[in-house]
Amino acid sequence: MRLGVVIRGAVDGRTLFRRPLCVQRLAALERVEARLRLLRDGAFLVTSRHEAECTLGAVPAALAVRGLAKRYGSIEALGGVDLDVKEGELVGLLGPNGAGKSTLVKIACGLVRPSAGDARVWGARAGSGPARRALGYLAELFRFPGWMTADELLLLHQRLSGSAGGERERTELLELVALREARSRRVETMSKGMQQRLGIAQALVGTPRLLLLDEPTSALDPVGRRTVRTLLEELRRRGISVLLNSHLLSEVELVCDRVVILLGGKVVAAGAPADLARARGIELETDHAKRVVEGTRDDVPRIVAEAVAAGEQVYGVRVLTSTLEDVYLEAVGGETS
Amino acid sequence: MSAIPVIVGYGLREALRRRVFAVVLLLTIVFLVLFWVANHYVHRELGTLQVPSDVPVDARTFASAFLSGLALFATMFLGVVLAVFLTLGAVRGDVERGLLQPLVVRPIGRSTFLIARFLGAFAVTAPYVIAVDLAAVVITGLTMNWWPDQIVTPPLEVAAAVGVVTALSLLGSVFLSSTANGIAIFMLFGAGLVAGLLGTIGHAIGSTAIKHASTVAAYLTPFEGLYQDALRQLTVSTSGLTGFLLQLGPFGGAYVHGWGVRLWALGFFVLVGAAALAGFRRRDL
Repeated sequence: MRLGVVIRGAVDGRTLFRRPLCVQRLAALERVEARLRLLRDGAFLVTSRHEAECTLGAVPAALAVRGLAKRYGSIEALGGVDLDVKEGELVGLLGPNGAGKSTLVKIACGLVRPSAGDARVWGARAGSGPARRALGYLAELFRFPGWMTADELLLLHQRLSGSAGGERERTELLELVALREARSRRVETMSKGMQQRLGIAQALVGTPRLLLLDEPTSALDPVGRRTVRTLLEELRRRGISVLLNSHLLSEVELVCDRVVILLGGKVVAAGAPADLARARGIELETDHAKRVVEGTRDDVPRIVAEAVAAGEQVYGVRVLTSTLEDVYLEAVGGETS
Repeated sequence: MSAIPVIVGYGLREALRRRVFAVVLLLTIVFLVLFWVANHYVHRELGTLQVPSDVPVDARTFASAFLSGLALFATMFLGVVLAVFLTLGAVRGDVERGLLQPLVVRPIGRSTFLIARFLGAFAVTAPYVIAVDLAAVVITGLTMNWWPDQIVTPPLEVAAAVGVVTALSLLGSVFLSSTANGIAIFMLFGAGLVAGLLGTIGHAIGSTAIKHASTVAAYLTPFEGLYQDALRQLTVSTSGLTGFLLQLGPFGGAYVHGWGVRLWALGFFVLVGAAALAGFRRRDL
């Protein structure tokens, strides 16, 4: 059912519209804009500053990129990229160094202006006020003032983003990234991994509906990476869309709903990790030898039957598929820079 | 615009935590103590100085005005140093260090950010310059028993001059790295001072060409024009041979002065600010 209700430029404490609303509508609204409260007379009250622009029934993509191009002088960083990150979707952005991943993320959060094409965050032009209100960003190369404590840093970002979350939000975020004990610690005394996790907490200030993470696990040890992975899964559960730019293929494969592989500023492969994976044959272990034969999962009964008919004893059968790493290496052709 | 106090506070707290203010306060106290010592010895020497009766020079006024001019220069120099170090890496420097990106992706607007950085720096440097210059005036007044013809206007003009340099430093920070910007601003500041001294020499020897070149330079660097006007205000009512001799000295009067240079300085400030805002808005970070 297309409801066609438009919420635009909502401001704290202002009643937006007065119409009787059914439960389904309320549910839909809550999914789209969590900071509205239904009043008794059916009107909605905006309970916190969050300028949303959306049409129920036709919810725009969290991030919609069309024909995006960027040139730095004679260097083409992006050459017409199309990309969508849907609501609640976790998309991994892969590619060798210089593929244009960071440029794409920077355009999405308004740090870099595109040469051509269009990038929209929840329907709002990337870089505009409504777009920036709806996103959180962790840069690949970032630094926080060393003299600030973790709590002070989050407080600063709460003030800049207009978040009314207060101390409760800060505590929750620090807990989420396993830094609660470091609340009063200065950034300069933290390890790189702690700073990276603090960066993720900072990106989550103001409950963004789209999270842009540029290499969030680059400085983390395996435990820290697992913390981030758990965090990403929790964010997906909460319906937050995430664009994850990472070199760690195993991480991306584990958590992402879809992956997009960039090469030379262009998309060379895209899809769910399982869809991108290709059959690489059937590994058959018999009393004679272990061998790989051509075929897919559907061919397994026939292959086993043929082996048994040939007098072999079958001890094991395994369907081989390519990993994301195989797909990636095939897509980029071993290119790096 | 509601983010302005937040960013101003952020800048001030950073300066406080990095002990910038502690260092400035300490060195300022050292400067004022040395200035008091200088005033004390000059006053003592004046007691033994015998000016020929046929030379109509007021030695006390001459020496006191000279010292006040020196204090005005020192105050402006300290204010400029403070302003430049607070702003020289505000944009490109902080981008290179990765400090700026997390802040400007917030819904605050780049113009708001830059205006807040200016206000943060100016909120420190302007009161500083005014306070230090007034302290110097009090020291000279109590020690030498001499007060400038205008007490309030000179520090206000020097504060405005520091504001112009702050705006230039922010403009430079949009395009230049911290080191390059610092060098550029201090060279520009030095060039302005040299042009001022050149103008004084041109005035003394009556060279129209030098005076013309110096006037053009003063308008190109209006902080120098404001400084010259501030110096002039110190002895604006002093006349006779004393006034003439003061005009010839390095801390003497101004060949560029009045509302013309003040209004031009304001226009220049607006132009520099607009260029900085436009440059920052278009800049890829």
